[in-house]
Amino acid sequence: MAAIEVEMLRKQYGNLLAVDNISFEVSPGEIVGLIGPDGAGKTSTMRMIVTLLPPSGGQIHFQGKDALRDMSLVRANIGYMPQRFSLYQDLTVEQNLRFFGDLFDIPPGEQKKQMEKLYAFSRLGPFKQRLAAQLSGGMKQKLALSCMLMHHPRVIVLDEPTFGVDPVSRHEFWEILHELRKEGVAILVSTAYMDEAMQCDRVGLMYKGRMLAMDTPQKLLSTFPGELVRLPVRQPEKEYAWLCEKLGDDRVQLFGDGLHIKLDDALGRQALADVLADRPGTTGALQQIKPGLEDLFLYLLEEQHE
Amino acid sequence: MNEFAVSVKDLTRTFGDFTAVDHISFNVARGEIFGFLGANGAGKTTTIRMLCGLLMPSSGMARVAGLDVYSAYEQIKQRIGYMSQKFSLYEDLTVRENIEFYGGIYGLNRRQIRQKTAELVQYLGLEKQVDQLTRSLPLGWKQRMALSAAILHDPDIIFLDEPTSGVDPVSRRNFWLLIYELADRGKTIFVTTHYMDEAEYCHRLSIMKDGRIVELDEPRRLKERYGRETMQEVFMEIVNRKGEQ
Repeated sequence: MAAIEVEMLRKQYGNLLAVDNISFEVSPGEIVGLIGPDGAGKTSTMRMIVTLLPPSGGQIHFQGKDALRDMSLVRANIGYMPQRFSLYQDLTVEQNLRFFGDLFDIPPGEQKKQMEKLYAFSRLGPFKQRLAAQLSGGMKQKLALSCMLMHHPRVIVLDEPTFGVDPVSRHEFWEILHELRKEGVAILVSTAYMDEAMQCDRVGLMYKGRMLAMDTPQKLLSTFPGELVRLPVRQPEKEYAWLCEKLGDDRVQLFGDGLHIKLDDALGRQALADVLADRPGTTGALQQIKPGLEDLFLYLLEEQHE
Repeated sequence: MNEFAVSVKDLTRTFGDFTAVDHISFNVARGEIFGFLGANGAGKTTTIRMLCGLLMPSSGMARVAGLDVYSAYEQIKQRIGYMSQKFSLYEDLTVRENIEFYGGIYGLNRRQIRQKTAELVQYLGLEKQVDQLTRSLPLGWKQRMALSAAILHDPDIIFLDEPTSGVDPVSRRNFWLLIYELADRGKTIFVTTHYMDEAEYCHRLSIMKDGRIVELDEPRRLKERYGRETMQEVFMEIVNRKGEQ
């Protein structure tokens, strides 16, 4: 049985269709990621699932039960970390955890056990007496996650949990998610980081309220049409503008100190080499590369604009 | 006249017995896009606050736009622009009203404000939205607008503190094209980010760890030296390895 099952879910704000008939499920022991540009409908979708926002249409089943009829069941058994979570800054790490334990009526003995486990998980143990206000950004995020795990939810929903967190802390955060997955927790998470999306079991790409694609990262990547080459360049923005003019801006993307160029039947390797021959000395040699999720994301969005 | 936009030597800041910034030295050339990386709590924000004239150093030297941070901190503020991830636009003002507000804060006169508003609106392609509430704009547009507001007074050096957190890949690319354009016009860009793919857009990168600068080089050279494909891998290696020592 799916932990979360969403069917033809819809949310309308006035004339704006924020979530446009999307369907998907999240199973126990599965991490499902949502990616998409700002305003794609990720947050609205999550807020409907955790019963904080009434849908305009569609169905949500939580562990097989109608989530819209049995909201208290959902709220008691789900963990939700919103984009802007709130910790009590003037409480210590331990006091924050206890507060959330009390909120969910967890008996003290059980709270203590769960806290010990969470300290080990999050490596926050040495800091349990520190005020939340004095934690670093990455530690605050881990504390917020720990707080929402105090009542042992089997289903968790995380809205861009690693916003503004450095790569090392993000890595640690995701290690915790992988642990939870092993324990059979169902995880729905949105992210703007493609390396995090790659760690999900399945990823959905949302755009203007619709689910453009949802599959395992590998299967999604296999849908990238044509080949991809990387062109190292000295002045990315100048070569980018020049190539966009020559090739059309749906083929060329900025990637750090290089450009990614999509090749297909209409533009082969030789044709590209001919174009580049017009501008000698500004670029390095073409390298064949495998498309990443970011390439696919950019490609699918370009396609939507056409 | 100092040839560097930012020049720092042995800059140090302590809070009680905690050394947040520990004898760091570097120079940033005019027109350079300088990436300032590090884990949370490495000392980046403390450094930026000192360079913006908001916090006195404990010791060491720092000059920004040729001005000394100890004595000329007020003049420095007029020569720099600053935008952070918690950028402040008034959501309940229109696009036009926000620009006018910032113009007023930076001491532009009415004529300058009118002219700047027209320039900016055209530049950002916001003609249709100019009289809409800022709240109604997508985050990526707000970010570009916040950057524009931060440079209304035509500063030489622009500090961007995690300007693109939480923004999708398309909006981030548009933002970076704007940054390149500013650098091309001779502006110096000093930027912090947690997106390592984005760090690769910078001309040079420094990586801070525990108050010190542990690496400073071009992204391409860093990747070569560490034998890694991406800055993400380089960053993880540097921060983890040096942390264990």
